[in-house]
Amino acid sequence: MAAADARPPVEDWATDYDIFDPSYCSDPGPIWADLRDRCPIAHSERWGGSWLPTRYDDVAEMARLVPALSSVEFIVVPPVPLRDPETGEVLRARPYAPPISSDPPFHGVARRLILPAFSPQAVAAHEPYTRELAHRLIDGFVGEGGCDGAVDFAQQIPPRVIAHLMGLDENRGDDFIQWVRGILELGATDPELRVATGLKMFAFWAEEIAKRRAQPGDARGSGGVPHGDFISWLLAGDLDGQPVDDNHAMSVCNLLLIAGIDTTWSSIGSALWHLATHPDDRQRLVDEPELLPTAVEEFLRVYSPVTMGRLATEDVTVDGVTIPAGSRVLMNFPAANRDPGQFPDPDTVVIDRAHNRHVAFGIGIHRCAGSNLARMEMQVALSVFLERIPEFHLADTRGPHLPPGTPDPTVIWAGGQVRGPRTLPLTFSTAH
Amino acid sequence: MKVRVDPDKCQGHNRCYSLAPELFDVDDYGYATAAGDGTVPAELVGKAKLAAANCPEFAVIIDDEG
Ligand code: HEM
Ligand code: SF4
Repeated sequence: MAAADARPPVEDWATDYDIFDPSYCSDPGPIWADLRDRCPIAHSERWGGSWLPTRYDDVAEMARLVPALSSVEFIVVPPVPLRDPETGEVLRARPYAPPISSDPPFHGVARRLILPAFSPQAVAAHEPYTRELAHRLIDGFVGEGGCDGAVDFAQQIPPRVIAHLMGLDENRGDDFIQWVRGILELGATDPELRVATGLKMFAFWAEEIAKRRAQPGDARGSGGVPHGDFISWLLAGDLDGQPVDDNHAMSVCNLLLIAGIDTTWSSIGSALWHLATHPDDRQRLVDEPELLPTAVEEFLRVYSPVTMGRLATEDVTVDGVTIPAGSRVLMNFPAANRDPGQFPDPDTVVIDRAHNRHVAFGIGIHRCAGSNLARMEMQVALSVFLERIPEFHLADTRGPHLPPGTPDPTVIWAGGQVRGPRTLPLTFSTAH
Repeated sequence: MKVRVDPDKCQGHNRCYSLAPELFDVDDYGYATAAGDGTVPAELVGKAKLAAANCPEFAVIIDDEG
């Protein structure tokens, strides 16, 4: 992070915010609260320039301004062209990942292609595997009296579950983790790494797809996907009457792997951080496990991991602020979820909060296609962890009591596009 | 009381279905509809209100008369 450390400090968050600043990654709540009052749509020239809303109503309105706020540029920093390493030819000027990078009308077509694999019924078929995996991971460290909740647990689950769903080799889980970090986390501030990782992933997909073209697996119809081969099913699908070509299939697979991993591991990790630092909430979930589904929604609200990008294709005016055509807009779902106008006592986790119209999975046409899968993974991961290790703490208990803005000495948060703890040292008794 | 889902607003968050599976059906694409004719039995009135209060798209509509 040498480059990040070398940046000048933020003078005024309203005009110079830095979404990769360690203080913004570790505790953005106070920054959003300040902006929401005095400058609800902030602007900064850093990282290619962007606009940052912090009010729930503004974020919801922006999500519906389609295609004036277009998804063709959906990451939070400017895109880097993907070039052929030998010829230098531009393979892609910007990431192409339908449906997340698509606007209507193609968006709906690309979205319907994948939705059946992620319906509540389809997702339920992957629950036993997820549960067995969570137990297996805990078996690995339960006798040691401590673990890194982010690295040894949260991070290990989503890559294997998505590999299981997509019919990929579970043992490549560590590669998948590295790729996703190379694209989203480390790659966000390192364009060369982002490109190199992108090329590696495309080579991998080209091979997986060629295998299925040569010898298709069992491609069952809608509803039956979990028991068939996902990639074969995808290749047998249709896009409004058109066949799915390799380029589309590759782009979709790439998106699912990336969108499904970093996000979910961040939210499992954040929830574990919360439980490690809030013993009353932890005990309550141990005593009343039936509260877990509501608690998961509340963790998603308070620790929303995902901020998305949009590109203004025309001038748009929201809440009195005119955003010029050509600007990048950051869909700040995490800040919307802390708006006191929508959620009383917004910065407090209320694990039985009954009214919770949170937008952690976005809002409008791009609502997270994997939300049912992510919820299932969170519920299973947390319920197994609490069942096996009902009492655990941060290894360094200074963490939660530090004043806002002080980097936590032991818990390291990544942020920008996806926020979550990347190290989370936990201690617990070995009597379990 | 009756409950229904506005198909133009529903984006398939499935919050309604997870809070009140008795009252909603979800199709293969994740989009929700009211189960049966949408009539809410007295003991599920609380759940119907909860579903309406948690739908991010304001797509769950409660008709109170009758
Ligand atoms: C807690 C975990 C997750 C969070 C917080 C999350 C968040 C989001 C958000 C905010 C969007 C909206 C994008 C936008 O408005 O531009 C989105 C879209 C999407 N997510 Fe997730 N996601 C999570 C997990 C997953 C998983 C597990 C998958 C599946 C493998 C997935 C696949 C997708 C896809 C395909 C889209 C694009 C939908 C569209 O554009 O129509 N996500 N996600
Ligand atoms: S919660 Fe709302 S958007 Fe989601 S499925 Fe139900 S009605 Fe549709």
